[in-house]
Amino acid sequence: MTEPLVLGFETSCDETGVGLVRGRTLLSDALATSVGEHERFGGVVPEIASRAHLEAMVPTVHRALAEAGVRARDVDAIAVTAGPGLTGALLVGLAAAKAYALALDKPLYGVNHLAAHVAVDELQHGELAEPSMALLVSGGHSSLLLVPDLAREVQSLGRTVDDAAGEAFDKVARVLGLPFPGGPPIDRAAREGDPAAIDFPRGLTGPRDAPYDFSFSGLKTAVARWVEARQRAGEPVPVADVAASFQEAVADVLTAKAVRACRDSGVDHLVLGGGVAANSRLRALAEERCAAAGIVLRVPSPRLCTDNGAMVAALGSRLVRAGVAPSAPDLGADSSLPVDVVTR
Amino acid sequence: MLVFALDTATPTLVAGLARWTPDGAVEVLAERAVPSGNRHAELLSGALTEALGAAGCALADIDAVVTGLGPGPFTGLRVGVVTAAALADARGLPAVGVCSLDAIGSGARTVVTDARRREVYWAAYAGDGTRTAGPGVVRPEELAVSGPVVGDARFAERLGADVTPAGVTTAGLLGAAAPQLTDPPSAAPLVPLYLRRPDAVPPTSVKPVSQP
Ligand SMILES: [Zn+2]
Repeated sequence: MTEPLVLGFETSCDETGVGLVRGRTLLSDALATSVGEHERFGGVVPEIASRAHLEAMVPTVHRALAEAGVRARDVDAIAVTAGPGLTGALLVGLAAAKAYALALDKPLYGVNHLAAHVAVDELQHGELAEPSMALLVSGGHSSLLLVPDLAREVQSLGRTVDDAAGEAFDKVARVLGLPFPGGPPIDRAAREGDPAAIDFPRGLTGPRDAPYDFSFSGLKTAVARWVEARQRAGEPVPVADVAASFQEAVADVLTAKAVRACRDSGVDHLVLGGGVAANSRLRALAEERCAAAGIVLRVPSPRLCTDNGAMVAALGSRLVRAGVAPSAPDLGADSSLPVDVVTR
Repeated sequence: MLVFALDTATPTLVAGLARWTPDGAVEVLAERAVPSGNRHAELLSGALTEALGAAGCALADIDAVVTGLGPGPFTGLRVGVVTAAALADARGLPAVGVCSLDAIGSGARTVVTDARRREVYWAAYAGDGTRTAGPGVVRPEELAVSGPVVGDARFAERLGADVTPAGVTTAGLLGAAAPQLTDPPSAAPLVPLYLRRPDAVPPTSVKPVSQP
């Protein structure tokens, strides 16, 4: 077996992802999402997400196999997100993956969702440089990781102390009357706006603040206050300027801290991941600052930045190739799985 | 036919293997009833493997999968349902779902199980085993019971009736599945009996962060 064929399951939030990877080659990436069902609640409702995962599970496996043109019994190993994420949602994917592993008599790898966000880049840009720095930003996470060995050692350098960056996008979108999830509509609105129009605060950027941690709660509140003040004064809200200035504050802090972490650690490769990595301003600013600092920037395509099954399969493939032992049969889900646990 | 049966609708997960014949006869070859609390996901595949081993069977011998569809606490319930769906899919087998309460006790009875939030899931059955009412979810004080009650005995006081302790069994699951097992391809899709809507209230308006 030279190139392992790995089936990956991802159900940590509202995307049911099933992907197939052979070695570092992406074969299929089937996705079902319940995002529309959460829209009127302004955030993901765990029970609604879990119900949707169950409904979508087997059909999504079928689509992944059909797109890849392989049969279930051809699979060499199965990988599944074991955490972090929503417990009820994680358990649907975990139970499904365990059942396929049992039925097909294949090894099962319970993997860390964050490490999988890093691994997915290998499907597009080849083997990861090690060590690499990784900046993962989405509605569920905002993390800065040092990755000496993706199969065995991932270190957390910093993370959000309050809201995830994506949450801030959702809440600001709500304040501006834009739809959920907030990332894409804010990105779109910001294109017509002036990023320097409003000087929103940059959280945790003072000289005594934790250099790699993030805080987006103050920014979110500042945007809401600014918009409310306008509304109370009976003045129109310049949506494009607010969106652009907010987005600039987020992208500025994220990229500044990621570049600083690279410099401090002597690492010259940075990988972006997570749904917010699809944000055009974050990508542009990261490119600009990495180029200036001599850092090689790797950003997966937007489709692979958001949660999907291929990223889990990609990490599973990496684990198989590295000879890491599979998970025990009593594998469970851990909603707050620490990032240094790559597989459990 | 050889049938793999499982249920995770109650705190005791059940994994069993049984031989079923179209005359309705059920021979249970192995059964594991594991007190799991909320660790169904961790313990189910191990229980299934043990049941296979105890019955001296291989997965390749199985002809159908039967699963309880609840009602039961959602997270644990889904573990069993998705496991049955995935096992059946991977082996190309029919999957049959039944009401889990049908698989508790026998004869004329009212079945009660823990629905949390101080409520019970319940159903009532006639002497021939036919379900006559339910499944439903109710506060035990509001459930008018006549005749024997089986299931979760912790609710006896609040029901004002004796409750004979009983759980889901492999034989009970197969008994309830009989009509579908006679023609497995006609089995309905596996849809859990949630009986409750998700707890979620849409926000009415954006809360101001600052006072005027
Ligand atoms: Zn993610």
